[in-house]
Amino acid sequence: MNQVLNFITSNQEIIYTVILMIFVGIEIIEKVPSVLHTPLMSGANAIHGVVIIGAIIVMGKAEQDNYLALALGFIAVLLGTLNVVGGFVVTDRMLEMFKKKK
Amino acid sequence: MNQHLLTICYLIGSITFILGLKMLSNPASARKGNLLAAGGMSIAIFGTIFLFSYDENGTTHYLGNYIWIFAALIIGAIIGTLAAKKVQMTAMPEMVSLFNGMGGACAALISIVEFNHLNKELGATPTAEMIQHVQPTVLIIVLGLIIGAVSFAGSMIAWGKLNGKVKDFSFTGQNILNMVVLAATLGLAVYMIFNPQQHMLLYAILGLSLFYGIFFVMPIGGADMPVVISLLNSFTGVAAACGGFLYDNKVMLTGGILVGAAGTLLTILMCKAMNRSLKNVLIGSFGGNKKGVAGATGAQGEHKEISLSDAAMVMSYANKVLIVPGYGLAVAQAQHTCHELEKILTEKGVEVKYAIHPVAGRMPGHMNVLLAEADVSYDILMEMEQANDEFPTTDVVLILGANDVVNPAAKSDPASPIYGMPILDVEQAKTVIVNKRSMKPGYAGIENDLFFRPKTSMLFGDAKKVLQDLCTEIKNA
Repeated sequence: MNQVLNFITSNQEIIYTVILMIFVGIEIIEKVPSVLHTPLMSGANAIHGVVIIGAIIVMGKAEQDNYLALALGFIAVLLGTLNVVGGFVVTDRMLEMFKKKK
Repeated sequence: MNQHLLTICYLIGSITFILGLKMLSNPASARKGNLLAAGGMSIAIFGTIFLFSYDENGTTHYLGNYIWIFAALIIGAIIGTLAAKKVQMTAMPEMVSLFNGMGGACAALISIVEFNHLNKELGATPTAEMIQHVQPTVLIIVLGLIIGAVSFAGSMIAWGKLNGKVKDFSFTGQNILNMVVLAATLGLAVYMIFNPQQHMLLYAILGLSLFYGIFFVMPIGGADMPVVISLLNSFTGVAAACGGFLYDNKVMLTGGILVGAAGTLLTILMCKAMNRSLKNVLIGSFGGNKKGVAGATGAQGEHKEISLSDAAMVMSYANKVLIVPGYGLAVAQAQHTCHELEKILTEKGVEVKYAIHPVAGRMPGHMNVLLAEADVSYDILMEMEQANDEFPTTDVVLILGANDVVNPAAKSDPASPIYGMPILDVEQAKTVIVNKRSMKPGYAGIENDLFFRPKTSMLFGDAKKVLQDLCTEIKNA
């Protein structure tokens, strides 16, 4: 019990951030028209590619002789980049189609 | 100094994510929003590479292995850009699913490396105090691993389903098996948190999570894949947030949670557009009801066909024609020909509009994107409610490869798996012409009564070929 309370107190900043972000996330897309569901999903998909930052940290910290960490880190950065770059480019291509023609 | 710069980079990243997502939910600003978020992401990534530092043994270290990092970044960027640029419009949802899986795998890999690292520090026989100290970290690592792995495996199956490589597969008791696997995974995870030195268990958890991801998506019908992808998308967001927790990294935390929350709401909104609950989609009613539906098909009568020239005639002498596009149009890549037909008819003085069902095609907004690609003006695309008001004054409805979204069973037959889904009320119009390749049922696997109604005539053939022929016929008429 004490441990849980300690955990909450020492991480309260993060917990606040999480809770506020949940509300922000819900609030900002509440009025999305159904036409934009797919591009929005795709855009959100690209944004969670931010996980690549973790992969870069893993990779950058890995010791030169720790081949397992190097290999896994390399794959992680590669996959993360695919997620970020591919995600944003696909979203842009989808949205390119929405240009209003006059 | 560098530390402060990095903080500012991350701050910019977080703000652009929030603004970008907000702008993405409005058609006028969506594209800018996407670019804004991409810009913020670049700042956060390059900030991390050059400015990130950590303390070890009292000295400050910067990240190393630049060659490896840049090699992975460049290869990933090239493959990602090419794949995203080359992909056909029809294949975009599966592309999103694939990229989502990559993100999930990335999160899972981070967890594995970090856990090995932690395990080395713990040694073979850690004291109770040491274990207690690392427990929160282990919890986050395991959580990131499970969510990331489920998201990865699930996304791969969803990707396979959308491109037709993976067939729907379910067996009795599958839901129970899934529950057991999930319970076993979580049980192991809890055990792991109290015994972090048992590092091989991590791979058992990984295996079980992958297994769960596969069998979680397997039985869900292909038509529901966009909902599943959206859900898995929010999973990956949470997995990314776990990484943020692990490194006390605010941009990962905010970005991840933001996507987790927005993705969950988006999933629910998508379900609402189909008038179904999320539970209904996940536990699935489509597969289970097949028998009952097959029994009901016997009573249907004959359908009647219409010749190309007749169809052309009916349309060119109509006052108002409404086109209902569906997946068949997308598969045939007939959007340009469709626009051609629309122009020819308009020149003849016929009022032509499009009626777009929110879930026509394989993803919400699929038809809008497709028609916009063919330069169809935004103003003549009507959403469902608008279109339903227009059908009574419409002479001809031309249905191009749409099926479930115009199935009257959704209104009249409570036993139908799509009962309750709002549909386009095409029967209000004077004549209905349906273009399909065959009488085969649509994606939900159910028969469509509409095809046997007296007002309806069938025009068989590939959408593109039929539209081309219609264009020629109408021009010559």
